[in-house]
Amino acid sequence: MESALSVQNVTKRFGDFTAVDQVSFEVEDGKFFSILGPSGCGKTTLLRMIAGFYKPDGGTLLFNGKNMDGVAPNKRPVNLVFQNLALFPMMNVHENIAFGLRRRGERGPEVDRKVRSLLERVGLPESGKKQISQLSGGQKQRIAIARCLIMEPTVLLLDEPLGALDAKLREHMKVELKTLQSQVGTTFVYITHDQSEAMVMSDTVAVMNNGHFEQIGTPQELYHEPKSSFVAQFVGNNNKLRVRLHRDAEGDTIARYSDRYDFKLAQKFEQSGLEDEYDLFIRPEAVIINPGEGRENFQTVPVDVTSILFDGGNSRLMVKPLGTEGELVVALPQTREYDSIRSGDRIQVGWDLNKTVCFKRSDWKLYDEE
Amino acid sequence: MMKNRQHIKWGFLFFFLPVVLWLFLLIVLPHLELLRLSFTKANTGKLTLDNYLAFFREPIYWLTFVRTAGYSILVTFLVMVISLPVSFYISKMVRGRMTGALMILILVPFWVSELIRVYGWMILLRESGILNHFLVTLGFFKEPVEMLYNDITMIMGLVYTSMLFMVVPVIGVMDDLDNSIIEAAYDLGASKIAIWRTIIIPHCASGLVNGGIIVFMLVLGSYLTPNLMGGKNSLWFTEQIYNQIILYFNWNQGAAFGFLLLALSSLIIWVLLKLTKQNLKEVVKK
Repeated sequence: MESALSVQNVTKRFGDFTAVDQVSFEVEDGKFFSILGPSGCGKTTLLRMIAGFYKPDGGTLLFNGKNMDGVAPNKRPVNLVFQNLALFPMMNVHENIAFGLRRRGERGPEVDRKVRSLLERVGLPESGKKQISQLSGGQKQRIAIARCLIMEPTVLLLDEPLGALDAKLREHMKVELKTLQSQVGTTFVYITHDQSEAMVMSDTVAVMNNGHFEQIGTPQELYHEPKSSFVAQFVGNNNKLRVRLHRDAEGDTIARYSDRYDFKLAQKFEQSGLEDEYDLFIRPEAVIINPGEGRENFQTVPVDVTSILFDGGNSRLMVKPLGTEGELVVALPQTREYDSIRSGDRIQVGWDLNKTVCFKRSDWKLYDEE
Repeated sequence: MMKNRQHIKWGFLFFFLPVVLWLFLLIVLPHLELLRLSFTKANTGKLTLDNYLAFFREPIYWLTFVRTAGYSILVTFLVMVISLPVSFYISKMVRGRMTGALMILILVPFWVSELIRVYGWMILLRESGILNHFLVTLGFFKEPVEMLYNDITMIMGLVYTSMLFMVVPVIGVMDDLDNSIIEAAYDLGASKIAIWRTIIIPHCASGLVNGGIIVFMLVLGSYLTPNLMGGKNSLWFTEQIYNQIILYFNWNQGAAFGFLLLALSSLIIWVLLKLTKQNLKEVVKK
């Protein structure tokens, strides 16, 4: 099947700074594709190139196989939902939604019919006469999406449209947006810095950093099999342990932590490069409290509980491996099984060797002050 | 508490009194006197409507007024048309320090008096002026052409002298227009003309009306530019008032013309506001 959107080696430079560096990806028709990355990683620049507001310095953009080189934004079969929504305050809701159709030269009752059916689809059937200032945040959101969907674009681009909403509404809109996408069947390209938004809604997620894609995959792949240190840190929560690697007599790679603990790795490393610094990543959810004896491929560590962070289903334990200064975050399932654990207790924690990953150290500035 | 209140009252009076005195002595009082004059006969001092009726009886007077009002509307319209792209360029196209520099370029000519500016134009445009010199030297004209003293030059002069009063309020509202709204219109398939028509001009309407009222009043009441740059046939209504008071020493007639100018220009603005569905209170607030 032909891709709705095909991006091939697209590059954008601003002076000496390369904002987007040789990015390539394909989005199949009807899929929900997310680009996930910290602010400043170039994702907005990439989106603006797809929409046509920036001209790429290199590479090719294809919509349904058609080259978009030199095609102005108002001639592209793609529409953009802006970060601040950019609804037209001088028009009412109906005029906002009908704007694109009118620019195409459509007139008469057909326009009204389309606008009404779209308002119904986004759950605001009675608000055609309302002014933009009368709408709530979530309603503006829906109108902004309706305004684009009425154009029946090949690809709908969304630039962090949930960013301005409060947390509860954002949770709600995530689900709603996903439902809407599967109903209308339009290809969505969604950019966000919020990994939860990307994971919940997307069929495929691309993790972007410093102008290039670190990894493209399903949310599950990114979570379970990160391909780089950045992805391991950016997608989901992870414990990061500074380790040194060496090989033991059987040829297995051993990660030595704090000159005290040896963790066997499921990954195989070449002899060369072992002297570099590495980080070992263990998901809080992968750590089991008091695992007991007799598990295969399992690593246990005695730890002191430093604090208990109760947050309902998201509760965590902060623990310190004995004889180290490091700290580990451990998921604390609220099954009442661990209710007896108190701060200061000495317990055992452990994890399956296959659930850890190890990468060469690279420090990323994950969040900047916005 | 009481003492505090007393202080506020005195402070308030201290600043308020000069304003009241100024308004009353220099504006209200002279106008009342002019109003009285306009309803009395020149020599006898009897009450009469003749001064006002003269305006409608003599075609030269009301024709001059119609001409003045018509040209003022035309100048206001031209200033709007020119100031939109100028404001758009200053507000949206250039960044940072350039905006300030361009604003100063627009402001600087207004640091010298209107008289000097008009003389500047005269030096440029007159028969022995700089422009003629260049055009003849470059061979475009065989001999110098008089470019002053016609309606077109006068309108150009009026547009030039009132430009600032439109550009400043329009830039003010244009700065409030989010760039992403323009981009959204572009993204939804609007052509450049459609963006101007449906997004930028409706957004700038309040600034345009605001500037329009100022420019219209300024142009209608201007004396120097039409007098110096317009020809002998380019009569301006302010000249009629001047002539009545200074040449014929007929204060009564001049006062009546003055009030007619005030009343008719207010009427024109009211009609234009109604036609464009703008509310004066809201326009002034912005």
